[in-house]
Formats: sequence, structure tokens, C-alpha cells
Amino acid sequence: MNAIAEKSQLPALRSFDVSSVRSDFPILSRSVHDKPLVYLDSAASAQKPQPVIQAIKHQYEHEYANVHRGAYWLSETLTDKYEAARKAVRDFINARSDREIIFTKGATEAINLVAHSFGKNLGPNGEIVITELEHHSNIVPWQMLRTQTGVKLKVVPVTPEGDVTLEAIKAAVTTNTKLVAVAHVSNALGTILPIKEIAEVAHTAGARILIDGCQGIVHETVDVQDLDCDFYAFSGHKLYGPNGIGVLFGKESLLHDMPPYQGGGEMISSVSFDHTEWADLPAKFEAGTPPIVPAVGLGAAIKYISSFDRTGVARHEHDLMVYAMECLEAINSVRLVGTSKNKAAVIAFVVDGAHPHDVATILDRSGVCVRAGHHCAQPLMDSMGYPATLRASIGMYNTREEINALVGALEKAREILC
Amino acid sequence: MLTQTSAPDEDLMSLYQEIILDHGKNPRNRGIVEDHTCISEGRNPLCGDRVTVTASIDDSNIRDVRFDGKGCAISIASASMMTESLVGLNRDQATQIFESVKSICTEDTANSQRDSQISEKLNQRLEKLMALSGVRKFPVRVKCATLPWYAFMSCLEGKSTATTEIASWPRP
Repeated sequence: MNAIAEKSQLPALRSFDVSSVRSDFPILSRSVHDKPLVYLDSAASAQKPQPVIQAIKHQYEHEYANVHRGAYWLSETLTDKYEAARKAVRDFINARSDREIIFTKGATEAINLVAHSFGKNLGPNGEIVITELEHHSNIVPWQMLRTQTGVKLKVVPVTPEGDVTLEAIKAAVTTNTKLVAVAHVSNALGTILPIKEIAEVAHTAGARILIDGCQGIVHETVDVQDLDCDFYAFSGHKLYGPNGIGVLFGKESLLHDMPPYQGGGEMISSVSFDHTEWADLPAKFEAGTPPIVPAVGLGAAIKYISSFDRTGVARHEHDLMVYAMECLEAINSVRLVGTSKNKAAVIAFVVDGAHPHDVATILDRSGVCVRAGHHCAQPLMDSMGYPATLRASIGMYNTREEINALVGALEKAREILC
Repeated sequence: MLTQTSAPDEDLMSLYQEIILDHGKNPRNRGIVEDHTCISEGRNPLCGDRVTVTASIDDSNIRDVRFDGKGCAISIASASMMTESLVGLNRDQATQIFESVKSICTEDTANSQRDSQISEKLNQRLEKLMALSGVRKFPVRVKCATLPWYAFMSCLEGKSTATTEIASWPRP
């Protein structure tokens, strides 16, 4: 069947309507401390819609066995679903082949896989370029690799607004650069990085590019072929899927030449005590029993997200972010942190005279969940001069009323603390 | 508009009572004891807060205690009140206060903290520290209150660092 005929059979896209979306997420109707739950921490982990919850429940109740093993119907059925989830991921990011989609336990493992396997032969003269705004998961694996191999680590600074400019990237990338590892969207500031242009800079210098897409995959349309990225890593739980599942996309030619990351069952084609042959992709990188049901859950999440007109979702999230930033700026003593013109769904801020943890405790008692702290980006916080910030992050289910609740709760925090 | 402007609840009022806010905003004994005999840094890896405690201990007597660092109102207030409560005590008394503060921060029974086993001098000091008991209702904030105390105990034991992750997690 050709692609056009296949597309014509897809059901019509659901137009975006936030109240109908909210009714898909059971947890949103609960209360916390006798107040309606206002969940503004989706950048840490998103809530789950009913189809994801049902898919997981269904698997354990009706179709559970191990995958790729049993010569029986139940195992075959779940294997088909596991592989269908891989295909759903492939379609979602427009990869060329299922062999380019590796399931991991999370984005952290996906990046560690690249560090351990692809990273093995980069040092000691090679360089890895990262940016100041990276999450610890895109810093520490490279530091560990530096200790092991002597590879150099270069850090591209951010502007006071929280941007990473192409000029700064160009200044750091040299002919010794082997890998550029950058976030798609900053988890701490929301800045969207110009990853397509960064990929071009990397490739021109003969380097590869890894994109930490944990936040990017949620808010941006990702086409790995159009981006021409070499690796793209993300987790399932921020994409409205279950936790315990992540994805590493890698170009097939690269993955093919890379040594396995872990040894065990599933990743071999034959084993003897003298010699072991690796399995083909993607199994080579999926040692042991994989996160089967979480993968199926991720497939359900992608199906759910893909059922919407995604431009409608993006517009809703963007409008809400702009509204929230306006509301927060209007409060005396609130300062926004990270004011890039290219921002997605993450709003970091501080309240003068009050520590973020104290504010977050008071917000919690109003039912408002925000994150307080360094957001696993301590070097960024240090360079911007904040030991900690508050972070409100927006999911597809959030509303203006919830932003108003945040503002009301902040007023209360100021009354108590300031 | 869903602004939820109801009166702040009792738990919050107990956590952020006047004495805590006062010490949080105007901490006492912030800085470094110049002629310190021990120094220790307390770290809370979850939030990144750090507090450095210095003390000068002569034989067994605590002559001076100061703290430095950034943190939330609870941790700063706790550190500030700690420095006031330890001077003039000996090592055993300081350890007793430390144990009592842990109870104050975690146990409901700490209301009856006036312990006949310990001296009137210590009981008087503990009475002031009862203000820290507000954290009991906020389990994630207990570490904020206890961090400077763990740093002080490390100092007393001649260790250079203390972390809340070893100190209070998993919770008993």
C-alpha cells in the first residue's frame, strides 16, 4: 500500500478542545489538600490519558507474556504489539526504518548507550561539544566518558536570555569535534534550540549530533530525516506515556557499526563459549527482557497525541505560556528566568525575597504543583546566578483558570513569606 | 476566577511562624568562625542547597558556631537558631540537642519534649527550637530543617561533609 492510500484511511483528526482533553485524563479531576489539582509540572512528568492507562491494564489482564521468545499465541500477540509500538515511534519521528528505533528504559539510558558505545572511540584527541543549558543526563555521561577515554568536553555558553546562538556553536565546533550533544528544548528555561542549523554546523565539521529530545518531542514536530540528526533521545513519560520506557533513534549506518551497550539475552544471534554473534538491529541494543508493556503504553500515547491536529495543541500551549508569562510579570517581585523569543511551554521564575522551595510548599497547599530547585541543570543555574528557581510547565490539558490559580497561590505565598 | 484565596491553613502557619520567618530573613551568626577548630559542609543534593558550619571547640566546650550558605527560609532559620542554641554546651549536650531536634522535626510525640532526663538548661534551649516542629506536616521539608544540624554533627565528629541523602532518606 502506498503512503497516500495509507494516509487516506486514517481517521479524521480530532480538533483540539481543552475541556474534552481534560476529560481524557482521570487524575485531573482529583483534589489535593482539598483544592482542585492544578498540575503545572508536565516537564518533569506528564499525566496519562485514559487510552494509555487502558492499554497497560489490558496487556496485564489479557495479553501478557514475554516477547520474541514463546512459540505460542500469547507471546506472539504481545510481540506484535511491542513491534507495533516501535513502528508507531518510527512514524511519529519519521525515521527511515524500524531498525533505527531502540527501546531503552528512559532518555538517560539512551544517552548513556551512545556514550558507552559510540563514545568508545572518540578520545583522547576528539572533542564533544555540549551547551551550558543541558540537563545533567546530557552532561554526566560525557564527563564519565572523558574520565575513561580522555575525550575533551567543550561547553557552549548561553546568553543572559537563555539562548544558545549559532555563532556560539560555530565558535566551539572544530575539526576535532566528534559529537555535538544538545537539548532540543531546555527543560529548565524552555528555550528552543536551532537544532537543524546546529546539525548542519556539526556535519560540516565532520561531527555527529545527538539531540536530547525529552522536552522537544512533546511540543515540537520532530522529523529526524528533515533535521538530519544522527541520534535523537527521548523518554515516554513526558510524552503522556508510562515511565520506564525511552527511545534512542540512531541512523542505521551508525548503529550498525557501534558495539553493543549491554550483553545478555535477546541481543545475540548465537552464543558459544568461544564466540558470540550479535543480533541484528534493533535487538543488538536491547539486551534482556525489554520494557514490554511500557513500550505498548508509549505506542498508545503516540496514537493518542497523533489523533489531534497537533498545530491546535501547539497553539493552545503557546497561548497559555504567553498568558502565564504576562500574568507572572504583572506580579511585583516576580522575575522571569529565561526570556528567549523561541520558547516552549516552560516558565521559570523567582520571587524576590522568597526561596523557591518555600513558595512551592505554599503553592502545593493550594493544590498547585510546580517544580522548585535546580531542575537537574545545576551548571546552568550557577551561570545564570540562581541557586534555584520555580518552574511551571504546561501540558496539553492545562487551562487559563489554572494559570489564574497559580497567580492566586503566588499572592498567598507572598503574603506569608514576604 | 479560580484564585483560591481562602485563609492560609494552620499547617502553613505553623511552618512559617514568626520566629522562623524572622530567623530566615535576619539570620544570626552568619559567616565563619575565624579561629574555628572544625568546618563541615552540608549538602542537600535534591535541591542543591549547601550550608557550611564552622565551630570553635575548646576541650569539650563549644565556644562559637557560625554558618554560611544559601537556602530556603526553613534551612536558614534552622541554621540560625542552631548557632544560638549550641554555644556554651559541651559535646554530649550538643549531641543530646541534635537528637532532640531530629525528634522535634519528625515525631508527633515531640510535643512532650521536656525530657526529665536532660538538664533544665537544655530544656530551655529546646523550647525555642520547638518552632521547627512545623516541618513535621511537610515530610519533604524535614531535610531543610535538619541539614545544618547534620553539618554541625559532622563538624563535631571532624568530618568535612554531611548529606541529607544519607542522613534522612529513606525516612525511618
